[in-house]
Amino acid sequence: MHTILEKKRFSEEVYYLRVTAPEIARNRRAGQFVLVQLDIDFGERIPLTIADANADEGWIALVFQTVGSTTHKLALKEVGDSIEAILGPLGRPTHIEKVGTVVCVGGGIGVAPLYPIVKAHKAAGNKVVAIIGARTKDLLIFEKEMRAAADEVIVVTDDGSYGRKGLVTEPLKELCESANPPAEAVAIGPPVMMKFCAATTKPYGVHTVVSLNTIMIDGTGMCGGCRVTVGGKTRFVCVDGPEFDGHEVDFDNMMLRMRAYKAREELDHKKCHLEMEAERVGDPDAKAGGAR
Amino acid sequence: MSHKTREELGREAAGLWASVKDKALAPKDRMAIPAQDMATRDPVSRAREMGEVALGYTEEQARVEAARCLQCKNRPCVASCPVGVPIPEFIACVEKGEFKQAVDTIKTTNLLPAICGRVCPQEKQCQSTCTLGKSLKSVDKAVAIGRLERFVADWERENGLISTPEVAKETGKKVAVIGSGPAGLTVAADVRRAGHAVTVFEAFHKTGGVMVYGIPEFRLPKAIVQKEVEVLKSMGVEFRTNFLVGRTETLAELLGREGFDAAFVGTGAGLPKFMDIPGENLIGVFSANEYLTRANLMKAYDTAHAATPLFPAKVVGVVGGGNVAMDACRMALRLGAEKVYCIYRRTRDEMPARAEEVLHAEEEGVEFRFLQNPTRILADADGKVRAVEVLDYELGEPDESGRRSPVAKKGTEHEIPVDAMIIALGNESNPLMAQTTEGLNVTKRGNIIVDPEQRTSIARVWAGGDIVLGAATVILAMGEGRRAAASINQYLEGK
Repeated sequence: MHTILEKKRFSEEVYYLRVTAPEIARNRRAGQFVLVQLDIDFGERIPLTIADANADEGWIALVFQTVGSTTHKLALKEVGDSIEAILGPLGRPTHIEKVGTVVCVGGGIGVAPLYPIVKAHKAAGNKVVAIIGARTKDLLIFEKEMRAAADEVIVVTDDGSYGRKGLVTEPLKELCESANPPAEAVAIGPPVMMKFCAATTKPYGVHTVVSLNTIMIDGTGMCGGCRVTVGGKTRFVCVDGPEFDGHEVDFDNMMLRMRAYKAREELDHKKCHLEMEAERVGDPDAKAGGAR
Repeated sequence: MSHKTREELGREAAGLWASVKDKALAPKDRMAIPAQDMATRDPVSRAREMGEVALGYTEEQARVEAARCLQCKNRPCVASCPVGVPIPEFIACVEKGEFKQAVDTIKTTNLLPAICGRVCPQEKQCQSTCTLGKSLKSVDKAVAIGRLERFVADWERENGLISTPEVAKETGKKVAVIGSGPAGLTVAADVRRAGHAVTVFEAFHKTGGVMVYGIPEFRLPKAIVQKEVEVLKSMGVEFRTNFLVGRTETLAELLGREGFDAAFVGTGAGLPKFMDIPGENLIGVFSANEYLTRANLMKAYDTAHAATPLFPAKVVGVVGGGNVAMDACRMALRLGAEKVYCIYRRTRDEMPARAEEVLHAEEEGVEFRFLQNPTRILADADGKVRAVEVLDYELGEPDESGRRSPVAKKGTEHEIPVDAMIIALGNESNPLMAQTTEGLNVTKRGNIIVDPEQRTSIARVWAGGDIVLGAATVILAMGEGRRAAASINQYLEGK
């Protein structure tokens, strides 16, 4: 059992939870993830990246977007509630070494898992330029943390409501073209963003790491559900990843595979969204019946 | 296999038993007793439900079947059992109706008879060498050792007679068992009996390993596996689920700061093998591991309750000819497929699956496509599987395995329309332990290298089961577990 210590709502659909997990907090490293399960009889196991952790205090932080039934249920949990099972830390940690300048690009909730990687690169003595983006100002997360951790932060929004107007690939391209191009790039965010970040850096030969978050069941190298095509070969995100060379990943196939259960997800999303709204505004019937 | 009901078979056996029970039977009398069929549920209705297919013997059936055993001097069955169960002895007890004595006799070497009686490939092991079967010139007429084993184990459980094995005085030594499958549970039991503290670490949220995520309910009810785990708990074995050794803590940390004196690695099967053909990563292509795990462990068949989704499919193609392929075929039917093809590049004779599973699959309506092998998987405009293209094969000369090797017939490509494909071609090894444990020697294929006592290249670490053997069986994993436990106990005694 893992107790929720803190909960924040970053935006309409994005939440931050800090939960007790002393063993995971002690051994986790930048780039790793956990599998969360809310009910051990019927719950699904969903992969979430570790956004922050404190070994001394024994907690990890998770940032997630309400997409399917499990994330919606997770969003309804409050401080003091518990999560039945968290398995981790999973996946290979980020490869960190002193290379000079590293540009870290985060989009949407991808900014959260990027944060420990920024800190690790900084600790290794690299200069870190962070490019963080969102569709609009309200959806931008972890800006304060990023400003504290990185040497330079470039904020981009699609609609120009905050920072530069445009896509994260634009400042990324400028950095690659500059007099001091980065030695390495890290991109975490929606698959299409990672795809275009990798396409942006490729002509400049800037090694680009992407972190993939595919469908998983066991997360320990048994089921093969998370497989992706990298460099023409089938690789497994849970044990070979989650990070891969962005120039080698077949993003189109990955995006295709991630759509496998889209219909069910959308159905759950609508249903759960209505339930959450009812909760928020106070459903008179539910209250009367004491159902919640 | 007969489709007489259990009651009909039981009545026939009762009549037979009355005619033989008080006679001194000569070998030729025993040979004349008809082999007892085991009742199964009706193939049409069972193929849509999860309930167990095989129903087990009645008492009279068990005693009649036991009376067929010739109690021969050379006991070839014992030598062909991976754990050397004293088979003639336990069968003699069954004939006399001493069922508790029978199951206790089995448990001197096999701790999981209710499981082995259901999933062991007996026709390739004990029953393959049975003197009666040889005399009657058919392995199908051998004494049904597996069914008798199952009968006595079920009898013990159903009558509430399973007792907690005696545990020796606490030694103060601690052993970590990594993985709660058949190898791990065997080690846990044997090491705990010697008085050592045992903690079993399991990465999943449920214990039992392949017996709960892989082997389906209709072949091995989960309650039977959980009963075995409860027995271990009552002996004082501790279970830690959601704990991935190598990541949550490394093996070195367990042996270091956690203070374990020894460890056993039984982490089981690893990454599924794929065919490396075009279309394998389309929507609707699954490894059998994923397909079965969703359905078994994650209970996706229970759509009203389970959060884990299933991919809806009406026509399913399964590639492979082993037990896992049979499980996948039969699970697909139960999950609503109207048509299931089993695509296998050799013929029925070469199939590695247990004969009973092949028969059950056939009875339930699985269509076998022998001497065919996929060349590519084809998609519709949305990237979902719409067909598999296969090539016809013929059997050529025997290969190193002794099986006649399949040879492709050029130009015979043709499509089979399907809307899901399940690949059941076995597993590679799981890379995690080797990735996270310095100095652990593995083969080129990633399997842990052990000595005859199951010791690995690291001091105080033993290994066994599929992580050593590659994909094998429950009984072979248990055999390795027994050897490892004996060696661990000997090591701890000398410490």
